Amino acid sequence: MTVNMTKGQAISLQKNDGGALTSVRMGLGWQAAPRRGLFGTRTREVDLDASAVLFADKQPVDVVFFRHLVSDDGSVRHTGDNLVGGVGQGGDDEAILVDLQRVPVHIDQIVFTVNSFTGQTFQEVQNAFCRLVDETNGQELARFTLDGGGQYTAQIMAKVHRAGAGWQMTALGNPANGRTFQDLMPAILPHL
Amino acid sequence: MTAELVRGQNHPLPGTRLEIRVSAGKPIVAGATLCDDRRTVRGTAWVAHPGAPTLPGLEVSRQAAADHRLAVDLGALPDGAHHVNVLLALPVGAAGPVAFGSVAAPFVAVTGLDGTEIASYTITDLSAESAVVALELYRRQDAWKVRAVGQGYAGGLADMLADQGLPQAQELASTINDAVARGLARSVAAPPPRPADEARVRAAAQGHTAPGQQPVPPEPAADPAGKAIAPTPQPGEGGTPQQPGDGSVNYTHPRRQTSAPPPPPPTAAPAAPGQPAQPVAGDATGWSLEERLYNQVWGMFEDLARTAAAYRSAVDFAESRMDQELDKVLSDPRSRIGNTGDAARAAARARHGDLVDQARAALDRDLAQLAAEAEVVEPALPPAFADWSSPVWQGYRAPMEIPMALRLGNLHLPESPDLRIPMLVRLPLERGLWIDSGRSGADSLADADQLRRLGLDSAVAHAARLLASYPPGEFTVHVIDAAGTGASAFAPLVRAGVLAGPPATGAAGVTAALTRLTQRVDLVQMAVRSGVADALPQDLDTGEQLLVVNDFPHGFDDRAVTQLRYLADEGPAVGVHLMMVADREDASEYGPLLDPLWRALLRVTPVPDDHLADPWVGHAWTYEPPMVPPGSQVLTHVLDRVGEARRTGSR
Repeated sequence: MTVNMTKGQAISLQKNDGGALTSVRMGLGWQAAPRRGLFGTRTREVDLDASAVLFADKQPVDVVFFRHLVSDDGSVRHTGDNLVGGVGQGGDDEAILVDLQRVPVHIDQIVFTVNSFTGQTFQEVQNAFCRLVDETNGQELARFTLDGGGQYTAQIMAKVHRAGAGWQMTALGNPANGRTFQDLMPAILPHL
Repeated sequence: MTAELVRGQNHPLPGTRLEIRVSAGKPIVAGATLCDDRRTVRGTAWVAHPGAPTLPGLEVSRQAAADHRLAVDLGALPDGAHHVNVLLALPVGAAGPVAFGSVAAPFVAVTGLDGTEIASYTITDLSAESAVVALELYRRQDAWKVRAVGQGYAGGLADMLADQGLPQAQELASTINDAVARGLARSVAAPPPRPADEARVRAAAQGHTAPGQQPVPPEPAADPAGKAIAPTPQPGEGGTPQQPGDGSVNYTHPRRQTSAPPPPPPTAAPAAPGQPAQPVAGDATGWSLEERLYNQVWGMFEDLARTAAAYRSAVDFAESRMDQELDKVLSDPRSRIGNTGDAARAAARARHGDLVDQARAALDRDLAQLAAEAEVVEPALPPAFADWSSPVWQGYRAPMEIPMALRLGNLHLPESPDLRIPMLVRLPLERGLWIDSGRSGADSLADADQLRRLGLDSAVAHAARLLASYPPGEFTVHVIDAAGTGASAFAPLVRAGVLAGPPATGAAGVTAALTRLTQRVDLVQMAVRSGVADALPQDLDTGEQLLVVNDFPHGFDDRAVTQLRYLADEGPAVGVHLMMVADREDASEYGPLLDPLWRALLRVTPVPDDHLADPWVGHAWTYEPPMVPPGSQVLTHVLDRVGEARRTGSR
């Protein structure tokens, strides 16, 4: 059962049986949109990057992105940079694994962002999505489609934050501009 | 190679002394009957069952269990016995399942005495049967063979025994059931749940059949003929459904079911939720146990680094938040009136305390898990990875091949001084070692002479460990001790005869030793570069070399220093390693010229010192040299063995 999320929607990361989720994967997949040109539908490569910023009380504490693949505490792991996308044709091209039980106690929000490293806007990207998967059984919890991209190069996808003893996910879907997560910091802060 | 039998298939047996392993998810009864050449059981004395577990050449378990081992000696069977039927039955006097259809498919394997599987058989397609003939061992022209039978009986043991021509079948069946019921009442606990391994699906034994429960009446025999088996064909079973009773052969592979697999067994959860999994030594990836242990130790290293990082960042955050909040209270004029300020301060401190407590709880949980892992991993380590106090060093024997890595010492963090992670470095060494016998900040208590001596002792221990890790003759140790100050420390090496020659003393000795090694590096490099490894001189020792230098730079002239730097830079690639026991202060007259030399070497200390950083988070780890336990003769013992192996060339 997948929840197709819309902007601003929040879901609680509880399992159906009431148990708390232990480990989730934020997957990102995309394909470069075909462009009309001299050679028909030649595509240009688009490099999207997924990043996760760990916040403690609205202060960024750690970040996981393609140059820092594992958070210092080891709870958040990036599976590695994908420079072209579309590998799985619908599967995840980049993924960030979060072991929610091992996230340090002071981290209360994790914000997931997508940036276009090569600078193309999301207009040149198709079939882009971001999804949250229960890593223990591979079940998709939420999917958030990035289609209808506009003239922007980044998107603040979603945040996972503590709610009581468990975690909650909120879809943000805010467009922004920037090459890496650093450029997005001002845009992220209002969402905390 | 194991033959996986299907129903009706037979397989030759290589010997007459065999074991038959039976696994089923639930406690079952295992027995055996002997038949003569007319396939008749001659009497109750030819049936081995829990009530009469031993017959000549045959032994079965005394009680119902989920796993059985039947011992068979085909050569010792009574005369006239031509068939051995291995039979399984569900215990009747207990609240367990009444038909094989409701338990996982029983698995039977015939193994040699050394445990190698000869043939195995998974009895599928059972439904209403409560007894089954699993295997038949039979004599065919003076050779024994095994056949997968899988013949089930809905009427239980009585039907089965009657079918084998035993007149007292009914009485014997009740004797067996009585014996089993007594056994169940005696048994203390159900066997522990087994994890489902590979594709072999077994039901986890849960729901212990408690003694003293209402006995379930045995299933009424449906047909006096004893062959009343009407298994409902499983929907979707490939091909025509086979009736196990009609003697036809089901050629579907029992393990490769394309459809309608048996209901998945309630697999034992690897760990109860919230409970850490039980640590197991070698629980990491790798082709060999050594590699798995190596990776596991590095995994523990990384886990400890990251856990400590989580704890430290949480505590730092708690402190900075408290400082901010206290500052805010201080700058707020309202807080100067009345108790509001005190209350706010107390609240800030409480928040800090709460967060630190939570972080500490998380850290303690992880440390306990790692400590439990260390407890099982440490005794499993091979000599090269093991501490000197480990019993594996007592039983040391010269290895046949170079181990993957070498334990240089222990690492620990201030958060967990008791949790020591072995510091394993890959072999052959990629960098030389510098045993720093100088004073560092932490150990101002020890005086200089004592430190020097400790440095020499740990150099000897490292050298001994290296010598012991390499096969004899593949590792040679040279010692330069220009002033002879290390003579007593090097004495164990000299006495055991493991050095290439006596320690080189004096300026001439230094020059000679360095020149020899420099020449070797040069020759091997030339040979490697031009791809003519076979053109090396005959007398050149191509094994790995270790040069131990004591008292640097005493006895070294500029030329010798340059040679040493050359060895440090170029040596490791061609198997010449450097171990310096030195105080950097002694060489201070060279100024910064020697800095690259020190940097090229891996610095370890003879006393615990926190100077090593991990590659993930960069914590400062306290390094502890691997010390021989006081009063222990293990080093002498190992060196004697190494020397002996070197002399005899034996391994």
